Amino acid sequence: MTATTQQQTGTTVMTNVEAVRTTLHDALVRDDRVLIMGEDVGARGNVFLITKGFLEEFGPERIVDTPLAEASIVGVAIGMAMEGLRPIAEIQFADFIYPAFNQIVGEAAKTRYRSNGDYTCPMVIRTPYGGGVRGALSHSVSIEALFYHVPGLTILAPSTPADIKGLLNAAIECPDPVLFLEHKKTYRSVKGEVPGGYYTIPIGKADVKKAGTDVTVVSYGYNAHQALDAANRLESDGVSVEVIDLRSIRPMDKTTILDSVRKTRKLLIIHEDNKFGGIGAEISAMVAEEALFDLDAPVRRLAGPDVPAMGYALPLEEEFLISTDEMVQAMRDMAKF
Amino acid sequence: MAKTLAAPAGARRDLGIALLRMMIRIRVLEEGIEKHFLGGEIPGFAHLSIGQEAVAAGTCANLRRDDAIASTHRGHGHTLAKGTSMRGMVAELFARATGICKGKGGSMHIADFSVGMLGANGVVGGGFGLVAGAALSAVQRKTDQVAVCFFGDGATNRGPFHENLNLCAVWNLPAIFVLENNRYASTTSTAETMKIENVAMRAAGYGMPSAIVDGFDGFAVYDAVGDAVERARSGGGPTFVECKTYRARGHYIGDPERYRQKTEVADVMTASDPIVRMQALLGEALSLGEFERVWAEAREEFADAVAFARSSPAPEKDEAFFGAYTGDREPGNPVHDFEARERDEFLPFAPNVGTGSQGSGH
Ligand SMILES: Cc1ncc(C[n+]2csc(CCOP(=O)(O)OP(=O)(O)O)c2C)c(N)n1
Ligand SMILES: [Mg+2]
Repeated sequence: MTATTQQQTGTTVMTNVEAVRTTLHDALVRDDRVLIMGEDVGARGNVFLITKGFLEEFGPERIVDTPLAEASIVGVAIGMAMEGLRPIAEIQFADFIYPAFNQIVGEAAKTRYRSNGDYTCPMVIRTPYGGGVRGALSHSVSIEALFYHVPGLTILAPSTPADIKGLLNAAIECPDPVLFLEHKKTYRSVKGEVPGGYYTIPIGKADVKKAGTDVTVVSYGYNAHQALDAANRLESDGVSVEVIDLRSIRPMDKTTILDSVRKTRKLLIIHEDNKFGGIGAEISAMVAEEALFDLDAPVRRLAGPDVPAMGYALPLEEEFLISTDEMVQAMRDMAKF
Repeated sequence: MAKTLAAPAGARRDLGIALLRMMIRIRVLEEGIEKHFLGGEIPGFAHLSIGQEAVAAGTCANLRRDDAIASTHRGHGHTLAKGTSMRGMVAELFARATGICKGKGGSMHIADFSVGMLGANGVVGGGFGLVAGAALSAVQRKTDQVAVCFFGDGATNRGPFHENLNLCAVWNLPAIFVLENNRYASTTSTAETMKIENVAMRAAGYGMPSAIVDGFDGFAVYDAVGDAVERARSGGGPTFVECKTYRARGHYIGDPERYRQKTEVADVMTASDPIVRMQALLGEALSLGEFERVWAEAREEFADAVAFARSSPAPEKDEAFFGAYTGDREPGNPVHDFEARERDEFLPFAPNVGTGSQGSGH
């Protein structure tokens, strides 16, 4: 893995996992209230080597190897956040977050509301999510929809290194609890330019990756990259697809979505998480409420199947995941309408 | 110095050989998994229990087929010892339709309900509640079945461990908690995450009797778990058995193991390899020829399982969509209204599929 501190000027090309690493590193340097806690973040330096060397550099008080106890990793982070620190709690894989559900939903999300803003919970929970690595039943899950329903939580899922840096910085600055989702398949497969120096990207702002006129595609995470590929492929066939990477899942950037949909008059939502009750359901309901008569076609969702897990064997995993070809086909069908 | 013990005879000798055979089968399986994982035939993640075989073998030798066990992410040994077939096991690891879970589970999620194996578990601590429930069911159905929970030291820092120890103790359930204390939770030394040396102390806090045994010694594990099983079957309630053991391989295959010295592993295995230990305990009761035959048979069994797996098909891709609900293979079942095969079929407004009821927007 590359150098830990990023240069202040110019841009650096890095992978998503390197972007997480350098951003965390620079946050630890910048603000001594920031600390990292989780399983195997110390000596091991995190499962994906994100915090490798941090223990030596920042010491065990700021790089805290916890016992195997997710409910307490989050619970302790909430208490620290309430009392002046800026903890970044790590859940090793998103699949293990459920024991902490009570702490996140019952405590973190309610802290500001119940104290009328006297107490806040400036905490980040980072976790790798998503499939495509043969992790099967317990190392592949998407968790965003489970937390999406909870007011008080902010959920971010950036897909590029530059967005990871800007949004992770914003999450650390944010006075409220943030669930920061990192699609593990993008960790090493996605590379990009990252501006030097400190910057943030506003929470709640989607990014139009590609402008188009025929169909609007809203996606995030690994799927956003595939959607962009698919849209580029269709360009030569004269199909013009606008691709929006949500980046912020909650709050949702209604303005960007509605502006685009009013222009293209067609909406396709793509996410790996299950379809039923998923993020796509909320987006399509929002569009139905705000822009139904601007649509020329029914809203379509391309999403993970409604089964409780991704299977282990390759055909089962592939069938769960959405292929770029499927996306091309769906975009083409929508455009024809 | 070590005094020479008399070689075991009669039933004790037979037991020793049975334990040895099981440990060797597990060792051969796991060395094979390592090889085929590194060779690219086994995908995903795999955690090996090499060094810990005496716990699986010694525990399960006390169990009947209708007793239940819950396993861990490191569950190949438990599964084999509880009676799952080598072929079904290897085919699952090779992600084949003939695997015990038809390719849905893989190493971390193998389950074989036909032999009372309630599942390996990718979620650490996932088995505690299942075991308490299986034990309570045995009580309510008035059987003398018992339920055994395998778990690691790391898992004992989770809430479900504490909740279920308390619950099994206060309800006097026929449950046995078999801890494999291998000194590490993933890459983190157990000494850094708990202040006590013997986790068995925690059982005392819930009013549960406990034993601490040398987890490299198949007889010692067998005897301690045997007492616990007897107590449980006769209505005497749960027992906690702490097996002091060691994981001789990385946390997972591919672990660079920066958190411990290579010499530490070599020292423990030289002194304590459970297979070598059992061979020594059997002494003259087992000839070298017999010992070698056990290895040869295990290798043959494994080679047969690999051949079986290789010649088996991968699961059909559509299998991904089934199994979430009862009856979901039946056409017209309401679960189909929201299941995702729709993804492939749903093109209501594609020009050549339209029924005339769409398209009013034009
Ligand atoms: C709830 C949960 N948290 C974290 C993990 C990641 N993880 C897998 S195994 C492991 C360590 C388990 O240690 P222990 O219980 O001692 O078992 P061992 O690996 O030593 O057999 C961790 C942290 C997980 N699988 N589940
Ligand atoms: Mg352990």
